[in-house]
Amino acid sequence: MLIHLKNLTKEYQTDDLVTPVLHDLSFDIEEGEFVSIMGPSGSGKSTLMHILGLLERPSSGSYKLNGHEVGSLDDDQLAAYRNKKIGFVFQAFNLLPRTTVLENVELPLFYSHDHHNARARAQKVLESVGLGHRLDYYTNQISGGEKQRVAIARALVNDPAVIFADEPTGNLDSKSGTQIMEILQQLNDDGRTVILVTHETDTAEHAKRIIQLKDGHIVSDQAIKHRRRAKDGELLK
Amino acid sequence: MSFLDFRRAILNSLKSLRKNKSRSFLTMLGIIIGVASVILIMSLGAGAQSLILDQVEIFGANLISVTPGKSGKNEPPSSVMGITITTLTYEDYEAILNKSRVPDLTAVAAMANGNSSLSWRENSYDTTLAGATASYPDVYGGEIADGRFFNREEEKNLAKVVVLGSTVKQELFGDSDALGQKIKINKQFFEVIGVMKERGQVMFNDFDNQVFIPVRTAQKLILGINHLNFIAAKVDDSDKIPQAVDDLTALLRDRHDIGDQSGESDDFTVRNAAEAIDLLRTITDALKYFLAVMAALSLLVGGIGIMNIMFISVNERVREIGLRKAVGAKNSNIIWQFLLEAMVLTLVGGLIGILVGVLLSFLASVVVNFLGYSWAFRIPVLAILLAVVTSAAIGLIFGYYPARRASRLSPVEALSYE
Repeated sequence: MLIHLKNLTKEYQTDDLVTPVLHDLSFDIEEGEFVSIMGPSGSGKSTLMHILGLLERPSSGSYKLNGHEVGSLDDDQLAAYRNKKIGFVFQAFNLLPRTTVLENVELPLFYSHDHHNARARAQKVLESVGLGHRLDYYTNQISGGEKQRVAIARALVNDPAVIFADEPTGNLDSKSGTQIMEILQQLNDDGRTVILVTHETDTAEHAKRIIQLKDGHIVSDQAIKHRRRAKDGELLK
Repeated sequence: MSFLDFRRAILNSLKSLRKNKSRSFLTMLGIIIGVASVILIMSLGAGAQSLILDQVEIFGANLISVTPGKSGKNEPPSSVMGITITTLTYEDYEAILNKSRVPDLTAVAAMANGNSSLSWRENSYDTTLAGATASYPDVYGGEIADGRFFNREEEKNLAKVVVLGSTVKQELFGDSDALGQKIKINKQFFEVIGVMKERGQVMFNDFDNQVFIPVRTAQKLILGINHLNFIAAKVDDSDKIPQAVDDLTALLRDRHDIGDQSGESDDFTVRNAAEAIDLLRTITDALKYFLAVMAALSLLVGGIGIMNIMFISVNERVREIGLRKAVGAKNSNIIWQFLLEAMVLTLVGGLIGILVGVLLSFLASVVVNFLGYSWAFRIPVLAILLAVVTSAAIGLIFGYYPARRASRLSPVEALSYE
């Protein structure tokens, strides 16, 4: 089992005011799943992703990643886990400005003290998302869809156990968005666990399972009957 | 961090500084100016110090001077204050010359100085009149270009003979021959018997711009005085200075009927050049370090500039910091990233500052040499080391707070920072 949540809650405290965000969540995600976490804004889906992605700690409850209880890890251990086990794809791409495509993808390798063949590995993963011709471009010289593919390559370069994609198509036109969803589906077809956070039903239905959140509660958790396939045809064989 | 990580981090920080060229340069300017001025001041200080000491040492540290009036060890002689004291006489000089009481002296000269108006035919010129004993060249050196210096006979007989400094010769005679000519000094005729070789500035006096006449002649016929301005004596070995000073003091106390051996009642002062050199060294050292401290203050201001720009840099890159944390950067990675950036900034600034400082010191030495002083250009190695260490330390100290603030950002807040 990749992810095991039990009675997980999260609340924010500002001065005397306690704002609960997630209530007593329990669910499992197996290796190789493609899960959409859906909900309107304010539902707590981003907070859930941040906790699952080890960017934030839960207030109480248990979160086991790969069988390890995450709550007992210190900041440095969390950073190392994020580096090795988790890849992030954000809505705003979050690429380093004035830096080349290749250097952006090499970045996680830098923090894993793994310089061996860093360049070659980054290049290989960029080729796998169809950006072999953009290696030395600066990030301000490429299109939005290409930026998001660079972000996917960066998420993949350390061969993580799970990819978190937070509204990955939110800043893209529909064609680029389709390409991104196609890559994510392809990755999942190859066995990678993908967790997608979105508020759009159309996007969410590219996954195999949807967890619906509302006001910090899970309102439904079910497999998708009619799964959408993103087909662009040019990008991946 | 391993060496490879470190190298990579330094390369990264160099890169990020290149991305903001003009801002990086402006930030470095504070450090550049600070370091350059520290080096310039240390170098100029060392040069000026050696210039001053060279000037004093030109007569050797083995010189003992006797001036009229009492003055403390580190006080200037009374004559500097414009007070005329008449307690030192030609008879004192004669007594010193009689070696029985002060056996260690190798040469003694007595001086009575004043001003003079010279004229020859229609040319006239005002200059310093040096009433000297015949032994003057033995004590002060100086070579004769033409003719001779006056002798002891002429000194005793109030001879009206004169030896010209090279500047005076040029002013009065131009290229024509001066030897044997009669010139007027304060309306009395003197025969020119010698011309000195050009000597340049010595002890900040222009030795070429004066005329020498026998000291007795100067006292009786020109200045109308009976006292001396000072007596200079020489020993051949600095070890003999203390004994010679004691002997001289004892002799003069006897002659002046001073029974008080404490020195409180003395009406003369015996000094040696070594003391003067020590005093000058102390003063110039103090001045040099004071100026260096002032320059170091500008380094501090430069450091605050670094801190300022690093805070701005952190604020501009909050999202980048969030992203770096998301892909696995530890807090220490973030601290080092910004710390190295600050240190690279100050070190590069420091290196440029060293270059600028050394260049300016070199130019200064060229200019001073051009003005006729012998000025040794020295690269102040100590100052350079100090500058490198200081600028790195400034980067470390002033870079630390911004770097720590960056490392403590929560990844979630940093990622969503607008």
